[in-house]
Amino acid sequence: MPSFPQYLTSEQENELRRIANAIVAPGKGILAADESTGTIGKRFASIGVENTEENRRCYRELLFTADASVAENISGVILFHETFYQKTKDGTPFVKILKDKGIISGIKVDKGVVPLAGTDGESTTQGLDSLSERCAQYKKDGADFAKWRCVLKIGAHTPTYQAMFENGNVLARYASICQQNGLVPIVEPEVLCDGDHDLETAQKVTEQVLAFTYKALADHHVFLEGTLLKPNMVTAGQSCPKKYTAEQNGKATVVALSRGVPAAVPGITFLSGGQSEEDSTLNLNAINNAPGPKPWALTFSFGRALQASVLKAWQGKKENVKAAQEQLLVRAKANGLAAMGKFQGGQSGKASGESLFVANHSY
Amino acid sequence: MLRQSLEVVCKEDFRKIKIGKHQRSNECVFDCDVTRSACSYTTEGHHTIQICEHKTAIKVRAKVVSRNSCLIICILLNVKLRIARVNMPVFPQYLTPKQEEELRNIANAIVAPGKGILAADESTGSIGKRFAPINVENSEENRRRYRDLLFSTDKSLAENISGVIMFHETFYQKTKDGTPFTKVLQDKGIIPGIKVDKGVVPLAGTEDECTTQGLDGLSERCAQYKKDGAQFAKWRCVLKIQQYTPSYQAMLENANVLARYASICQQNGLVPIVEPEVLPDGEHDLETAQKVTEQVLAFTYKALADHHVYLEGTLLKPNMVTAGMSCTKKFSKEDNARATILALSRTVPPAVPGVTFLSGGQSEEDATQNLNLINAIKGPKPWALTFSFGRALQASVLKVWEGKDENVAKAQAELITRAKANGLAAVGKYQGGLDSAAGGQSLFVAQHAY
Repeated sequence: MPSFPQYLTSEQENELRRIANAIVAPGKGILAADESTGTIGKRFASIGVENTEENRRCYRELLFTADASVAENISGVILFHETFYQKTKDGTPFVKILKDKGIISGIKVDKGVVPLAGTDGESTTQGLDSLSERCAQYKKDGADFAKWRCVLKIGAHTPTYQAMFENGNVLARYASICQQNGLVPIVEPEVLCDGDHDLETAQKVTEQVLAFTYKALADHHVFLEGTLLKPNMVTAGQSCPKKYTAEQNGKATVVALSRGVPAAVPGITFLSGGQSEEDSTLNLNAINNAPGPKPWALTFSFGRALQASVLKAWQGKKENVKAAQEQLLVRAKANGLAAMGKFQGGQSGKASGESLFVANHSY
Repeated sequence: MLRQSLEVVCKEDFRKIKIGKHQRSNECVFDCDVTRSACSYTTEGHHTIQICEHKTAIKVRAKVVSRNSCLIICILLNVKLRIARVNMPVFPQYLTPKQEEELRNIANAIVAPGKGILAADESTGSIGKRFAPINVENSEENRRRYRDLLFSTDKSLAENISGVIMFHETFYQKTKDGTPFTKVLQDKGIIPGIKVDKGVVPLAGTEDECTTQGLDGLSERCAQYKKDGAQFAKWRCVLKIQQYTPSYQAMLENANVLARYASICQQNGLVPIVEPEVLPDGEHDLETAQKVTEQVLAFTYKALADHHVYLEGTLLKPNMVTAGMSCTKKFSKEDNARATILALSRTVPPAVPGVTFLSGGQSEEDATQNLNLINAIKGPKPWALTFSFGRALQASVLKVWEGKDENVAKAQAELITRAKANGLAAVGKYQGGLDSAAGGQSLFVAQHAY
């Protein structure tokens, strides 16, 4: 008979399942604070803060030492390698600070996008070399989940079969290796919002990309119950002249997911992309209220959409730390409500309405 | 060939345009045999041209032939063109919202709570195998009499039977008084379905694996069946668990042919029931059956996605996950149910409205109990989970009938009993023990082909 060697013991499966479920517990989601050194520099530039290691440390300390009540809505934080090993001023590792709050630490493990020769500006993501050893070390040092981002673009002739297949495959390899080392892999096949395509096109492309993704995960025997998906919400392109409501976006998103994501996946943690803080929350809320089969949790893994107001309030100044942390709590609570479809709207922060779109975004 | 509307912003008066090299930037050059417009292009301004896109590059090159007539082809040089809707992938609409709604409604009606399908689509050869044990001759009249028995059952049958799949011959047969079977069913509120595949054929180079034929002329056939009363169709593919099978080739090929079938059905208003059956023949254990079923379903749904099949207007007819018939280790029905739900939850998108299990070689009672447990146990189950049973609805009926007219009423009573039992199982409420004439008998046929 065909052979399916056991590659995860029951204990390993149970642990992965438990971590994944904890991340998407009702009313909770992820703070994506894993901006690479280059990317955090762009955030700092807009508030006139120098991109030094100490400033990066200061800023993340601000985030992680927010009041313990932040854990009511933040189940996990994704960290960049440098941040993962940083400490507070008094020498406590960030990972411990988070753990003491009951927040799970995650680690970004990919090494950025690289071009696919012969394509029209398409890419894959690198980082598989020695990934197993790196994951084992991160697990030892306190991580329980990982993240890997792939990028697909909607253009005249993209995404191509090649790009969808390659990115689906590399995500599956990453996921398989993570699980071997006790880390829940968050699988992120982001379809960029750049372009003037309409909502329906965004939906169909997202469906295609998800079909390739889950076929690859199946082929690589990834334990779906111990994974999470981090997709884009389905929205029209940034330059699309036609405007759509949050309800329309929510519906299109749920349709795409219901056609592409097996019920065994415990949860979906949306990325915010270039959306403003408020739009991200409204769209997440609409997704949770949209009709349709929704057997997975639908929550957030927001970077910019949780931090824009924080950064604006902070301005790099120590005296603003408390006010900045307040902003984080406000956004976390808003998104926690949206994750249950109960957001009433209007929780404004300093930057809540501002679009956070960066063209052709890469980390 | 795609027709698109373009907005053309003419920056210059055409009369002043010189023939010469055009700029590369912002240029759109058409191969235009087919530009027709009632507009005049002699003046500056916005003009809409219907153009024909030949390949992937959209080019505009038009020549002014006559400014006054309706057919104007013009040269656009040094003209900036603002092209609408070019820079994105194209997903041509292949089902209107009305078509989608119709398919969705049919699919949902088939898997309405407490209801399932009577698979009465045995081919001429297969029904012969059913008739043999009860000494009934395999004649056209006997086949007609038998299906007449089934379809003329009391209308309370429709409380648990939402649809019936028929073989081509049966689809066009009538009752003794001349009423078409399809009408008899429709009058009871039961939806007629039609088996459209043409049986399995071997895949050369494989270890006894096969694909299924039937795509030739399928669109025309579907259109005709739809006209004649069918609302759904069925197509069976078969995969076997052996030492080196199912192979990648077999899984890919069968999934692909299922997707082509499904796509064609939907174009013709028929809900396709997609059946990738993994045979229970063999001595493999439950876990192997589960993993193979997952693989097969992953291939199936990838193919459906690639062929743009409208999932909300389809149904899946899989095997329940059980160990091989010759497996020495025995598993409980709870084990089977758990394995089945696990396999489905990992592969069947929630958009699929329902799963209508085949019974394979299981006895009537086992099939019902397994279905019941599948509905009763916990797990992610966003689709309806019901039955599409052939043997497991008819074994007792045949045993009681024995080909004799005087037994018809009693035979029909057996059908109602099993239909009711399975209707309860489809909502997880079967209490067990509904006695039937053949309830416990295994109905396993080795290497089963229709």
